[in-house]
Amino acid sequence: MNTDKKELAVAALRDGTVIDHIPSAALFNAVRFLDLEKLPKAVTIGYNLASKKLGRKGIIKVADTFFDDAVLNRIAIVAPNAVVNTIRDFEVVDKKRVQLPDSLIDIVRCNNPKCITNNEPMRTRFDVVERGDDTHDVKLRCHYCNHTVDGLDAHFK
Amino acid sequence: MSSTGAHSFVSIAQASKEQIEELLKRSAYFEQHPNSELLKGRVVATLFFEPSTRTRLSFETAVNRLGGRVIGFSDASTSSTSKGETLNDTIRMVANYADLIVMRHYLEGAAQWASEVSSVPVVNAGDGANQHPSQTMLDLYSILKTQGRLEDLTITMVGDLKYGRTVHSLLQAMKHFRPRFRFVASHELAMPEEYLRFCRENGIEYEEHLEFSPEVIAESDIIYMTRVQRERFADPLEYEKVKDLYTLRKSMLEGAKPNLKILHPLPRVNEIDRDVDECPEAYYFEQARNGLFARQAIITDALGIELPEQ
Repeated sequence: MNTDKKELAVAALRDGTVIDHIPSAALFNAVRFLDLEKLPKAVTIGYNLASKKLGRKGIIKVADTFFDDAVLNRIAIVAPNAVVNTIRDFEVVDKKRVQLPDSLIDIVRCNNPKCITNNEPMRTRFDVVERGDDTHDVKLRCHYCNHTVDGLDAHFK
Repeated sequence: MSSTGAHSFVSIAQASKEQIEELLKRSAYFEQHPNSELLKGRVVATLFFEPSTRTRLSFETAVNRLGGRVIGFSDASTSSTSKGETLNDTIRMVANYADLIVMRHYLEGAAQWASEVSSVPVVNAGDGANQHPSQTMLDLYSILKTQGRLEDLTITMVGDLKYGRTVHSLLQAMKHFRPRFRFVASHELAMPEEYLRFCRENGIEYEEHLEFSPEVIAESDIIYMTRVQRERFADPLEYEKVKDLYTLRKSMLEGAKPNLKILHPLPRVNEIDRDVDECPEAYYFEQARNGLFARQAIITDALGIELPEQ
């Protein structure tokens, strides 16, 4: 058992996924994207943990669950630098940064009530116009009405 | 899918410099040859989900003068939209009948969506506050015609720069031609930050002015006036304060350059005094006439029709 005090703040994982390097402001959005509420597995959510790079950060640990890249990459909309660790038998077997696709099909809902996508049964499409970093938001633009929205303010379908 | 050479025309921001230049070349051709049989045997649908008499008449005149035929409606209340039909269904149905769809819609992004589901090209005649590219083409053609070039001009935009769709589209289209912009507006109606950023990102020089001063007028090649609308102001007193600050009068043109021309997308209310109408600088009525040639250009280009050799 690891007795390091820092490590005790969050439980160690035998198998599962750890998502780290999430700005605190983006943490609960990230939780929502992963649909964790419906998951019958042990989930640890750390909020406002000390971070050298981010000041305050969030972390999500999910036991015995491995997500599709398409699902994980949604986190990039709010946390473009989030890092996904795959854990097997207490070891990190894979570590990768989330990837923000160039366009998001039917993931984000347009904030503009006069946008065709809010008035017609159809898929939405947003293009990434600014990729963002730890201090700047990702910016998305509606392919149809051209309204832009910050990643953190995006509403999901 | 569209046939070879045919393509939709939805947004000026998507148009390349080459495409804009091709449309300007065609506009000049149609000014010389307004009547032809280039559309003989073709049917163009004009679907106006919101009324816009001026734009509809201009498009329908363009088709008629090209020898084509027009079907369509001028108000959504007379179409199946009022029965709850989706835009997708209306467009797919009409695409069975027509060779080209010209559409105006109150929802933003409607033309883009229509172009994705239509089997024939779609021309956007305005989609809410979003795009109105045929207006931009007639503005560009008017500038080219009056100045002899599009490059290196000083363009002063006055009035409602916040909500004015026409100034936003013109600004985007001019990025290919090294313009200098002067934005004259009150704080409430200033050019939005995203368009200022667009200028900076594209290396376009601009200045913002609160005052419509003689100095600004003196350096302008084009003054693009827009209407300041009362309903844009939360505080009616603010409107009363600024409404006359951005009115152009004949006396203000004394120090103007000889090549200055005044443009306005119309309808005008009181932002250009009637004493300007007879000045050589006034160009807004001819500007509207250029809309016919610009729309003939857009229609034939969208259909992939080659122009006769001159």
